[in-house]
Amino acid sequence: MTPPMVLAENVHKWFGRIEVLRGIDLEVANGEVLCIVGPSGGGKSTFLRCINHLERVDAGRLSVAGRLVGYREKGDRLHEMHDKDVAAQRRDIGMVFQRFNLFPHMTALQNVMEGPITVKRESKATARARAEKLLARVGLADRSAMYPNQLSGGQQQRVAIARALAMEPKLMLFDEPTSALDPELVGEVLDVMKQLAEDGMTMIVVTHEIGFAREVGDQLVFMVDGVIAEAGTPREVIANPKNPRMQDFLRKVL
Amino acid sequence: MSAHASSGVTGRPEAIRAVPVRHPARWVGSVAIAVLVAMFVNSLLTNENWNWSLIGEYIFSAPVVKGVGVTLLLTALSMVIGLVLGVLLAIMRLSPNPVLSGTAWVYIWVFRGTPVYVQLFLWANIIALYSHLSLGVPFGPELLSFDTRYLIAPFVAALLGLGLNEGAYMAEIVRSGIVSVEEGQTEAATAIGMSRMQTLRRVILPQAMRVIVPPTGNETISMLKTTSLVIAIPLSTELFFQASAVGNRIFQPFPMAIMASVWYLALTSVLMVGQFYLERHYARGALRDLPLTPVQKLRRRLRRRRSA
Ligand SMILES: Nc1ncnc2c1ncn2[C@@H]1O[C@H](COP(=O)(O)OP(=O)(O)O)[C@@H](O)[C@H]1O
Ligand SMILES: [Mg+2]
Repeated sequence: MTPPMVLAENVHKWFGRIEVLRGIDLEVANGEVLCIVGPSGGGKSTFLRCINHLERVDAGRLSVAGRLVGYREKGDRLHEMHDKDVAAQRRDIGMVFQRFNLFPHMTALQNVMEGPITVKRESKATARARAEKLLARVGLADRSAMYPNQLSGGQQQRVAIARALAMEPKLMLFDEPTSALDPELVGEVLDVMKQLAEDGMTMIVVTHEIGFAREVGDQLVFMVDGVIAEAGTPREVIANPKNPRMQDFLRKVL
Repeated sequence: MSAHASSGVTGRPEAIRAVPVRHPARWVGSVAIAVLVAMFVNSLLTNENWNWSLIGEYIFSAPVVKGVGVTLLLTALSMVIGLVLGVLLAIMRLSPNPVLSGTAWVYIWVFRGTPVYVQLFLWANIIALYSHLSLGVPFGPELLSFDTRYLIAPFVAALLGLGLNEGAYMAEIVRSGIVSVEEGQTEAATAIGMSRMQTLRRVILPQAMRVIVPPTGNETISMLKTTSLVIAIPLSTELFFQASAVGNRIFQPFPMAIMASVWYLALTSVLMVGQFYLERHYARGALRDLPLTPVQKLRRRLRRRRSA
């Protein structure tokens, strides 16, 4: 039996004395889309960042494709992984940020080619061919020579998605990918993500777009104060939420 | 009043032709400055002591031109040493390893905290202190040895003095450039699997250059002038030493010092032009419209005049 793509068991995270994640349990199977919703400060970004080890897990177990994130298990002890091995693990996990974080000194095409060339040591020609294909896939074939500050927010975010896909990840993490966008630009980014989900990508999406969660998500979790307060299929959770804070939250975003 | 969609049928209204604001104080100031400049130029031309013909006679003489060459070489090499060292020290300073960051801190503390003139003097005298430099086990057998009289010839002493001192200043400039780059950039690079060094080289430093280049231009201009301090060693082939030597020989030190200044001014002017184009190059991606080069400005002005 193949292990789940992401398995979190009682995951905890502290910043100093503040406990930001207080026991997260969840499982994402291959090809599934998990949507995470919840009020600001609930620990959603921190959890995503733990998955690719931008933050370290302080207690519990978190694994991606059957391998612990950031640690190696020897006997009954955990050993911290070498930076090099952590970087290798991250290659299989794409991440898209709220603020895009494109490299401003590179064109759209160069942004997408950067990972394959620098990290995977691919030839320029190979990297360019795939980058052009990816930019076409996100609808930006004609913008490849532009610098990020010459693109709209929606276009920048689509380039960022292409940049993550260029590493051919097994798992994609999205941290509020449309929250920094003007309302009329949200749709174009969600369309790209929807297409990606239909193509079978495993995705974890932190979002306030309830419509997207209902349509594309296989699972929905409501995270608040570092715990999962409610979980289930998007339809049931949205249609009749049991947790009063979830009810309150839905009233605000719907 | 109601808003209505403009149809564009009525066409564009006539362009505004407003009377520009007058600036009488500017005119008074300009006239005053013009008078002062005229008086100064008059004295330059009529007072024999300036001895302009002498300057013309010596400005392209062989030892002076050679001195210019040595000064340029010293400036270039010292800046290269300073830049390489500065990047290295800045990375060490920002490293999570306390041994590395502590070492860099002490280096910067010592080299910024003592005068470069004194450092040059000390490097020259290390010849006397360690006339024999050896590499080996401390207090144990000697593996390799050099005679420092050849290793630290005056030119090398000058390079060490200027370059190592510059490294301390460049380290602070590079560090401020690195920390000016948004944290999200490091995260994005890390997330696609780049190592710390790859992130620095491919993502952080290119963006930091926009902050690093302008003060580095100033450092280069400053270095060009600081080379005149190698008289502390002494290194006798450089421009100011040569100009002074000629001045002493012909009993005209003052015009020769003016001559050296003309050279320094000409060289720093060239550097300023280089700095403009370098800054423009690294503004890519940060500014939507790059500043115009003088050639572009001229072209634009000519075009406007033609169309007017
Ligand atoms: N690097 C950090 N240091 C200290 N506190 C942090 C750090 N990052 C996040 N936090 C805190 O952790 C909590 C959860 O933050 P976050 O994961 O960003 O929530 P969300 O994404 O759900 O809005 C917040 O209270 C935030 O202030
Ligand atoms: Mg967040």
